[in-house]
Amino acid sequence: MTAGNMAEEHGRKWDRCLADTVLKTATGLGVGIVFSVLLFKRRTWPLAFGSGLGVGMGYTNCQHDFRSPYLIHGRVVKDQ
Amino acid sequence: MLRACLRGANATARVRPPHSSLPTAVIATGLLTVSGGVGGTILYAKWDHKFRAAVEKNVPYSDRLLGLALGPAPQDVGLPVKNQVKSPSAAEPLKERPVEEVAARLAQQDQEEQDILASSLEESLASSAKATLQAIGAQEAALQAITQHTHKLKEAMEAEEKSAQWKDLEAALADRTCSVNDAGTALLKANEALGALRSVIDDSKGLKIAAVHPLVLAAEENLHNMIVDLDKVVTKVQSAESEAKIVSQYSELVNEAKQQFQREVSSLTPEIQANWKGLTGKLSADDLNALIAHAHRRIDQLNRELAEQRVREQIHIDAALEQQKLEDQKALEKAVNTSLQHVKEDARLEQERKLAELREVMEAEMRTQLRRQAAAHTDHVQDVLKVQEQELRAEADQVLSSKMLEQETRYRQLNQEQLDNFTLDMNTAYARLKGMEEAIDSHVVAEEEARRAHQLWLSVEALNYTLKTADADVPTVPLKSAAEAVRDSCHDNDFAMALASALPEESLHRGVYSEASLRARFNSLRSLARRVALIDESHNSLYQYFLSYLQAALLFEDKQEAPPTQLSREDLDPFKLLSYASYCLEHGDLELAAKLVNQLRGEARRVVEDWLTEARLTLETRQVVSLLSAYANAVGLGTTQAP
Repeated sequence: MTAGNMAEEHGRKWDRCLADTVLKTATGLGVGIVFSVLLFKRRTWPLAFGSGLGVGMGYTNCQHDFRSPYLIHGRVVKDQ
Repeated sequence: MLRACLRGANATARVRPPHSSLPTAVIATGLLTVSGGVGGTILYAKWDHKFRAAVEKNVPYSDRLLGLALGPAPQDVGLPVKNQVKSPSAAEPLKERPVEEVAARLAQQDQEEQDILASSLEESLASSAKATLQAIGAQEAALQAITQHTHKLKEAMEAEEKSAQWKDLEAALADRTCSVNDAGTALLKANEALGALRSVIDDSKGLKIAAVHPLVLAAEENLHNMIVDLDKVVTKVQSAESEAKIVSQYSELVNEAKQQFQREVSSLTPEIQANWKGLTGKLSADDLNALIAHAHRRIDQLNRELAEQRVREQIHIDAALEQQKLEDQKALEKAVNTSLQHVKEDARLEQERKLAELREVMEAEMRTQLRRQAAAHTDHVQDVLKVQEQELRAEADQVLSSKMLEQETRYRQLNQEQLDNFTLDMNTAYARLKGMEEAIDSHVVAEEEARRAHQLWLSVEALNYTLKTADADVPTVPLKSAAEAVRDSCHDNDFAMALASALPEESLHRGVYSEASLRARFNSLRSLARRVALIDESHNSLYQYFLSYLQAALLFEDKQEAPPTQLSREDLDPFKLLSYASYCLEHGDLELAAKLVNQLRGEARRVVEDWLTEARLTLETRQVVSLLSAYANAVGLGTTQAP
């Protein structure tokens, strides 16, 4: 590996992670707004729901990204 | 039927009183058998000597028993002559005598004995013959004397008394007595001589020399003849003596009668002298008448006596006949005995002669058989000798061949030794020459080596220098060319080649980072590692990340801490490790720093992974280069010769 790749990767991961979370939160918020406006009579819960959904997705994605080196991908080997 | 018989037999068996003494019966039978066997053996041994010898040989101590029972075993009577002959020759030192010499010696000894015997026989024969002749002569003389005497006596009886005749008679008587005495002594001597001869003959017979036998036989015959002659003469003398006795008796009677008559006459006529001559001249008529009367009376008396005698004649004759018969019988017996003895003697001599003849024949036959046997024996001996000769020859050949082999091997050994010595010398000389050549070559080689070492050292120094061309964050120039140079300068050196090819590829193509750059990078890495200290395979959620960040913010450790010589459990804490590693880096110990960093686990380890790789690379390259330079130095030192 090239020098500093590993160290920089950590930072890069954080960048992606945060960006992704922000995006998802915003998107969730927006979708929540839309839904609140359109379907749920301007209640606040879809906003919270949507942003929460977005944060959650972003968090999970971030976690998955950080875990990815440690994830073991197994394959089912059929008995011969 | 059979069953009935058996039953009957059993009954009878049972009826018989049971033998309580069965063991004694067995013992008795056994003893009987044994004694019978022993007795039979002894008897048969007595009869058959071969059997006896066989028994004595095979059964121990049987010879003692048989000796006790039968007496010592009869031995073969070997030729005592040969023994006698052998003993003087055995006294000399034992050595092989040729057969002819032995035979000659034996013959000589036989001859000697024979001569001795013959001479002794002859002597005794001669002496006995002489004595016998003497005796015979004496006897004949005695006979003559007796007959003479008798004759003279008869004459004297028949004729008138004459003093000359009486004197002759007396002379004859004296002669007769003398000659009879002589005859007696001669007879005794002859008997003695004959006895001696007989003893000599018996001795010679006892010696059993075959050649002397005819001599002995002849001597015996002579003896016999002499005895016979002597006996004849003795009988003649005896008969003559008996005749003479008769005649003397008659003469005595006549004398007695004469004397009686003379006495009567003298009694009748005392005055007449006894002398007849005087009587005839001086006789008177009375005397004559008296004489005639006496004579008549005498005649009557004599007639009466005669008649008586005639009467008693028969009785007397009978008695005389009886006496004569007795005497005759005695004489007959004696004569018969003597003649019987003579005949016996003759027969014996004849037998001996026949025996001698037979023996001669037998001897001749035996000699031919022996000759035949001797011929067979010589053949056999020849064969055996031939075989022996072959065997001995084979043995001798073997011995010879073995000795030859020995000699050959020894010769070969010596040869080999010589060769070996020579080869050794040659080898040493050659080796020395070779050594000298080698020394020279090695000198050249050493020079070459020195040059090459120098080359190597130079190239290694160049390589070393390239390591120093690294700037901060910029790796060194690729070490490829320098490595190539090193490889060129050490073609034949495996060690150097191995080392040169042990340089990692990355360093060759890309170069290595310097220690300073690594140090700088580490410092920046350190904070990151601190931040992800809690993250590992199991703890890697974002919450953990948060906690880890918190820990990093709150935990303070020494920037640099000297690492202990041995790491304990507490020292494996990432913060501690990082401070140890910083210390090491600050003090230039990249190796130890890398080791310590290697102990990080989890995410921190992942983060510092490539730094670690770089550090390893640098360390590897530096190690190889240092080895090469050390080797080059060593080689250079080794090849450099002190002036």
